[in-house]
Amino acid sequence: MLTTPAPVVGASVAEQSLRGNRLRRGLVPYGYLSPTVVLMVVLMLIPIVMVISYSVMDNVILKKSPKLVGFDNYTAILTNPTFATAVKNTLFFTLVSVAAHLVLGLTFALLLNTRLLSSRVKAFFRVLYVMPWLFTVAIIAILWRLLLSPNGIVNYLLEVTGLTGGQVEWLSTPDTALFAVTFINIWAGYPFFMISLLAGLQGIPRELNEAARVDGASVVKQFLFITLPQLRPIIISMAMLDFIWTTQQFALIWMTTGGGPINRTEMLSTFTYKLAFSRYQFALASTSAVIILVLSMIIAFFYVRHQKALE
Amino acid sequence: MSRVARAPRVVRSLLAAGMTIVLAAGCGGGGTEEQPGSSASGGEVTLEFAQWWEPELPANALRGLMDEFEAANPGVKVNLLSGPYASTKEQVFAGAAAGTMSDVVGLDGAWVSDFAKQGALADLSAMMNDASYDQSQLASQVKVDDKTYMIPVVNFVYPMFTNQDLLKKAGVTKVPTTRSEFAAAAEKVSKTGDNASGWILPLSLEAPNGIQNDVMSWLWASGGSMLADGKPALTTPQVKETVEYVKDLYDRKLIAPGSLTMKEQDKVEEFTNGRVGMMIDSLSHIKTIRETNPDLKFEISSIPAKDGYTGKRGIPYASWGIGISEASEHKAEAFKLVEFLMSKDTNSKLSSVANAFPGNTGSVPDFVASDEVMKTAFEIYKNSVPANEFTGLPVAEQLMRDFDEQLQVTLTGKQTVDEMLQKSQDAWVSDFAQ
Repeated sequence: MLTTPAPVVGASVAEQSLRGNRLRRGLVPYGYLSPTVVLMVVLMLIPIVMVISYSVMDNVILKKSPKLVGFDNYTAILTNPTFATAVKNTLFFTLVSVAAHLVLGLTFALLLNTRLLSSRVKAFFRVLYVMPWLFTVAIIAILWRLLLSPNGIVNYLLEVTGLTGGQVEWLSTPDTALFAVTFINIWAGYPFFMISLLAGLQGIPRELNEAARVDGASVVKQFLFITLPQLRPIIISMAMLDFIWTTQQFALIWMTTGGGPINRTEMLSTFTYKLAFSRYQFALASTSAVIILVLSMIIAFFYVRHQKALE
Repeated sequence: MSRVARAPRVVRSLLAAGMTIVLAAGCGGGGTEEQPGSSASGGEVTLEFAQWWEPELPANALRGLMDEFEAANPGVKVNLLSGPYASTKEQVFAGAAAGTMSDVVGLDGAWVSDFAKQGALADLSAMMNDASYDQSQLASQVKVDDKTYMIPVVNFVYPMFTNQDLLKKAGVTKVPTTRSEFAAAAEKVSKTGDNASGWILPLSLEAPNGIQNDVMSWLWASGGSMLADGKPALTTPQVKETVEYVKDLYDRKLIAPGSLTMKEQDKVEEFTNGRVGMMIDSLSHIKTIRETNPDLKFEISSIPAKDGYTGKRGIPYASWGIGISEASEHKAEAFKLVEFLMSKDTNSKLSSVANAFPGNTGSVPDFVASDEVMKTAFEIYKNSVPANEFTGLPVAEQLMRDFDEQLQVTLTGKQTVDEMLQKSQDAWVSDFAQ
């Protein structure tokens, strides 16, 4: 019996269309992903790769044909005494800010979560406590510059109450400047912790506390063995995020002290900015930025690992 | 789902992705695809003019001048790119690096050296020679390696402002003209109580121009210099005397508190609010001071010189300068615009509306006849030598910041004046070598 080629052709056409279908179906997810991928590449990957490449060249941008200098820029930055000062200041500023944000945020969240006050009173305080977070950095900087100025309200109040002799230069005295900017940052950032922890507190089942009370646990014990463990995932996530954000704080420092007096409030961010836009040493600034990127990535790594562990 | 329905979905998603790429590419590459700055179509040339002047002038003042220029030069249009000083600075620096600088740019003397080294600015000396331009009418030119790159269009001088009420209250009858008279007056004002201070000195590291306007001005007023043959010379007796004088005022608490992080605007604010007896400041702030505190009685005078100095006094100034981009395709038309702005009549008009002194020696601004304070200022300007040694220096702002940092360490008593000057000298030498 003779076989006609027609069914074979039919089979191959069907196979082709099946393959085409599969290809199309395989491409669909990429099609959906592509807008995000393109944005990520254009806005993140390309700039990061450019900055890393700048960091191994001699003065880029200002020189028409910059040369490769290897790790010379890294040696220059890491041996720069101002960089060491900036690292120390940034660490102090960040650690104190994060710790204070946590303590204040938790305290206020507990106060706002109490059942002893009416909901109207709580709403009032909720608005009051969240205020610092509503201001932009520029407003915060101007506000505190005015408050802390030698002729400002803070000095007036301290003088009236007899605590200081008046006209203390909070932001201009080398001994107080770092404490002053850290204080401002604490004031500006605690509501973020407070809101998140309040949400966490409201999510703790009441039965847990009630059961503990029945078992005779004191308020302190309830806090230590029920509230804190329940809040732990939020606290760790928030602390890590706050750590990353605070190390990158630039605007507040720049608008209040500019890194001064001398270099008492110099942070990694202001140090990098000055290299780029005051010395026009874009290669060195890129190097400093890459070092900050690496440090941030280490923290980000722990953050992601922590998040994964939660899942 | 049927194949017919699925196919358009695939096409749609690919299309969406494609459009995103085009959009992203359009956003990212817009500046590089176009010709730098200008454009020419149908025989008409459009010049881009980037500056920070328009927002600081009365509405339509600069545009009005540009309309006059366009009427006088058919076929040439001017597109004004205006923004505040800081953003213009960033824009011009980015343009210089990317080769997309506007055809004509507003310049600050402190930027010129860096741009000239980058090759971003056109050599105006050659253009003036080619056009047989009469250079004697220009009050000043900013040169790097003997080539002019910037012409100051109008100048703002920095005399001494005195609060007459405070001085009177302190028993100072005559405005101080020497350093010792100034110190004595500052002491009397500081002793009046009410938290008033004799002098005010902004030393913020964020904007370290206090070094130029409020510290070095004392040196220049007495004919001193911080340079020798164009190189840093900070360890000289005259610089030492100046820094010691400032430190003495600081140690005696005659300077308003908060110096180390104070900015120029804080200085003006404190003076306007009547808390400071004397300050050195730009004439461009007169309008703000009068508007904010119409009751404040103030006078202006020359910056005091050291006792016994009889020579001409240097007076610090800041300029609105102008330059032409090396990348411009319409340099001839751009030079016409420069010529127009520097011409006697236009320069008179511009300096009148800007409350500044003209860059053309023949121009006379209107306010000299109508405003008593400005009349005095014009007298001071004519009897002094405009002095700003930072103009044309490399990384000028960084030089000020280096000096500022060392001065702050000295004022807080952590090093001697000699140590400070040696360290600043070393820092400047290394900045110059970059």
